[in-house]
Amino acid sequence: MSLTIVKEGIFTTLQDLGREGSRSLGVNPGGVMDRTATRIINTLLGNSENEGVLEMHFPAGEIRFDRDSVMALGGADMSPELSGKPVSNWRTVNVAKGDTLRFAAKVKGERTYLAVAGGFQIDAWLGSKSTNLTAAAGGFEGRRLRTGDKIEFNSEPAAKSSLAASASILPRYSRFPTVRFVRGAEFTDLTDASKESFQTDGFVISTNSDRMGFRLTGEALSITNSSEMISSAVNFGTVQLLPDGRLIALMAEHQTTGGYPRIAHVIERDLPLLAQLGPNDGVAFYEVDIEHAELLTLEFDRELAMLKVGVEFAHLWPEPLRR
Amino acid sequence: MNVDGVNIFPLGTGALTVEFGREISVELNRKAISLAEYLDALAFDGYIESVPAYASTSIFFDVPTVRRTFGSHLTAFDAVVSVINRILPQLNEADDCDGRLIEIAVSFSTKDSPDLQRVADYASLTAADVVEIFTAVEYRVFMIGFLPGFAYMGKVDERIAAPRKVSPRTQVPAGSVGIAGRQTGIYPFESPGGWQIIGRTDVKLFDPCFTRPCFLRSGDMVRFVNADE
Repeated sequence: MSLTIVKEGIFTTLQDLGREGSRSLGVNPGGVMDRTATRIINTLLGNSENEGVLEMHFPAGEIRFDRDSVMALGGADMSPELSGKPVSNWRTVNVAKGDTLRFAAKVKGERTYLAVAGGFQIDAWLGSKSTNLTAAAGGFEGRRLRTGDKIEFNSEPAAKSSLAASASILPRYSRFPTVRFVRGAEFTDLTDASKESFQTDGFVISTNSDRMGFRLTGEALSITNSSEMISSAVNFGTVQLLPDGRLIALMAEHQTTGGYPRIAHVIERDLPLLAQLGPNDGVAFYEVDIEHAELLTLEFDRELAMLKVGVEFAHLWPEPLRR
Repeated sequence: MNVDGVNIFPLGTGALTVEFGREISVELNRKAISLAEYLDALAFDGYIESVPAYASTSIFFDVPTVRRTFGSHLTAFDAVVSVINRILPQLNEADDCDGRLIEIAVSFSTKDSPDLQRVADYASLTAADVVEIFTAVEYRVFMIGFLPGFAYMGKVDERIAAPRKVSPRTQVPAGSVGIAGRQTGIYPFESPGGWQIIGRTDVKLFDPCFTRPCFLRSGDMVRFVNADE
C-alpha cells in the first residue's frame, strides 16, 4: 500500500480535471473544484496535469504514507504538517515511509489538494478518475474516502528534487474576490436596475452551497421576460437566476442541463477564486468579453507550459537554484 | 449571433450554445440531435463534445487547441461559430435520424404510484383512465440530462399534463416514472425530485458497469406498457 486514510476527513474524494465526453448521457464532468491548483501541483511533480488528486475539505483528517514518495499540496492553505513539521503548499515535498500528513487549521480557502509523483493507481471510468457520487462510479469505489481506505501509487517516483511554483502563477485567492464573467443568454432580459445590481452589489455565499452549486444571497434580481424556458446544457461557472430572484453559481458537480435564465458565466481563469469560497464569503462580478476571457485562459496555459519546461530541466540546474 | 432564427452564444469559456428555437418540437429537436451527431462524427481540432437538448445543441471545445488550429479567427468562439455555420445548411431533418422504439414495462400499483390519484384528480378522471391515456402513445426522448441517464420525454397528453409538485420530494426511488407538465421521465437513481410519480419500472436506465451505460438515447421512441395487466 502506498497511502492509508488513518482518520477520514469531512469530505475527501479522488478527482481529476473532470470527465469529458459523457455530458450527453447526463453524466456531468465533475472533477476538482479548483482546476488551477490541480494543474500546478501535478505539473510540479512531473505528472500529467489531469492526474488524479485528493480533494479535501476541513477538517481533512490524517493520511499516512506507506512508502517513500514525493507529494505536492495546493489550493486552500490548511496549515499542513508532515509528521508534526509544517510544510508549504505549491512545492514538492519528499515523504518517507511512515510519515503522516495532517492539517492543523483552515487559514485560507475551502479545498486543498494532494498529488503524489506518478499519481494514484485508480481505474478510469468513462475516461476519468473523478468520483461521481450520484452514479457511485469512478474515483475510489465511487465514494468519498473513509478511515482505513488504502490507495496505491502508480510507479516509483522519479529522482527527488525540491521544486516550488513561482508566485506569479498562483491564483490570488481572497475571501471577497471579484470574478470576471461573460454575459449569459438571458442577461439582457434583466431589468436595468438588476443589471446594475448584478455588477455593482456584492453577493454572499450561502450556507446552502456545495460542490454542485453556490447559492448567492444579495439583492433579488428580476427579469422583464418571464416566459418559461426549456432545458439546455449548462456549464461550470454558469450563474442562473432562480424563480425567487436569487442567484446560483453552478460548480464542478453541476447537473448537465438546466432550465433557469442564464445571467452570466464566470470565466475559466477566475473559477478557482470562486471555487475556494465558503459560506459567508463574498463575491462580486465584473464583465469582460469572450476575447478577453479566452486570452486569460491562454495566458495561464503559457505560464503552465513554462513551469512544465522548468520542471523537466530542473535536474540540469546548478544546485543553489534547485529550491 | 443570429442567422435564420438560429442564435449562437457563449456558454462560458470554451463552450457555446446553438439555439434553434425556444419551444419543445420534434423538428427543432431533430436539428439539435443532428448537429451533435454531425460534430461527433466529424469533430474538429479541439472539439470535446456536444450536448443536444430540446431545441439547442451546446458544444464544448478546448480554447488553446482551437486557437492554434484556426489562427485567422479572433477567438476560439468565432472559429467554432464559423465551423457550425458551415454545417447548419447540411443538417439532416428527416425522420430517419430518429432512434429505436423501446418498450418499458411500468407498474402502476398503488405503492409504486404515490401521485397517480393526484394526477387523476387534476384531470377529473379515474386513475385507470390516466394509465390508459399515458400508455396509449409513443414518447420521444428529447434529451438526456439532470441525472446520469435521465431521459426527458414527451409529449404527455394535455389532459393528464399535471404540473410539477409545489414542494419536491426529498427522495424519489430509482425507477420512478414521473410527469411534469407535458414531459415524462424516469428517475435512474434515488434522488430528490418534483415530478408527479405515477408508476415504477425495474429497467435499469443507467448502469456504470457498461461501456455504454445509458439505456436511452436522444431521438429514441419509448412506449410504456402496463406491467400489471
